[in-house]
Amino acid sequence: MKLVIINYGAGNTQSVKYAFQRLGINPVLSNNVDEIFSADKVIFPGVGHAQAAMNELMAQGLEKFIPQLTQPVLGICLGMQLLCQFSEEGNTQCLGIINDTVKKFEPLLKVPHMGWDGSTTAPIKNAVFNNIKEQVYFVHSYYVPINQYTIETCDYITPFSASIQKDNFYGCQYHPEKSGKVGEQILKNFLAL
Amino acid sequence: MLSKRIIPCLDIKDGRTVKGVNFVGLRDAGDPVELAKLYAEEGADELVLLDITATHEKRKTVVELATKVAQQLNIPFTIGGGIASVEDAHAVLNAGADKISINSAAVKNPQLINDLSEKFGSQCVVVAIDAKEVDGTWFVHLNGGRIKTDLELFAWAKEAEERGAGEILFTSMNHDGTKAGFANEALANMSALLNIPIIASGGAGNMQHIRDTFIHGKADAALAASIFHFKEIAIPDLKNYLKKEGISIR
Repeated sequence: MKLVIINYGAGNTQSVKYAFQRLGINPVLSNNVDEIFSADKVIFPGVGHAQAAMNELMAQGLEKFIPQLTQPVLGICLGMQLLCQFSEEGNTQCLGIINDTVKKFEPLLKVPHMGWDGSTTAPIKNAVFNNIKEQVYFVHSYYVPINQYTIETCDYITPFSASIQKDNFYGCQYHPEKSGKVGEQILKNFLAL
Repeated sequence: MLSKRIIPCLDIKDGRTVKGVNFVGLRDAGDPVELAKLYAEEGADELVLLDITATHEKRKTVVELATKVAQQLNIPFTIGGGIASVEDAHAVLNAGADKISINSAAVKNPQLINDLSEKFGSQCVVVAIDAKEVDGTWFVHLNGGRIKTDLELFAWAKEAEERGAGEILFTSMNHDGTKAGFANEALANMSALLNIPIIASGGAGNMQHIRDTFIHGKADAALAASIFHFKEIAIPDLKNYLKKEGISIR
């Protein structure tokens, strides 16, 4: 199986690569469109600022191609947020796969939402995201609201999407690559699709 | 509900884990990568690795450490020690560290906090502060506590937040190494003043101290070294105890 991690300069690219290596998979890191399209599965990582990330994707000519992917794609953290239409972080136009706006947390509790958290509602049945009864690792100041594509929810300041799925596009706000054994199971679930 | 975090801290010198008692008299407590993995398996929520030799050595040793740990660890970790520029931070984050911790370098050049948070995001910028209370005022200290400054703890913590720090790691030099409990009053004051997570450090001697720093110190995370390294407290026992005490724990 060919697993490609979109390598556009995201902060957690190495961590994601190592997480798959621990599962015995050796992913290819690439920003080459042909290489990405030839993958069986694609990981879209992301840490940092939405606008900086979109600028990188555009500079590397990737922003038009990612929405055209038909194989399973997993967006992690900022990678999930960028699947949306728009982000309040830097008022950034994103990839537009999911028609929703990424919002900034009101500072009613400490921000970033940082650490291990879980779900307060039962997750919708899903092949990839079915483990949030156990806690997973979050670190973010912006969130994807609850929408028709929400699979798992988390509640911090406001209820938000912990994970989403639309067709072949999966996304999780938390970091499975940093969420211990639970996170490893989520990555395995994605590989098993 | 968001859990309070338990963070073992590994002080590393020449590739080996050590723990300074009141910042002097180092003891050897093993291989950092093996220890990091052990802690992750035991239920540590995060790790902090401070390379205390890094200031005098090349960036290379810290990057090697970050790489080795990132390859093997499935929980988040922070690397600190000798990170004084955007380039230093980039090398360590690129190697796989989740966060970088800056201390003296931030005091000497506060703009570094802005630069790092703009470039990499606030979430990976931990500002570590060593402070000592003298006649009722907390003074920030540099270089592992060796140099006193006129900077006041709370003013500096607030400035760090405003400049883009994602988290404060506050070590009380009055409490560090004493095993008599954390600086909970100062921690609670800081928590009331800031809107970013605060890691309590310095003074952990038993499980109740950690409970107290969550309840009375309002800390978001508790950091300790020697009590974990020398197995005075096992992390699973600590977590069971804290859960029984009604604290939100993974």
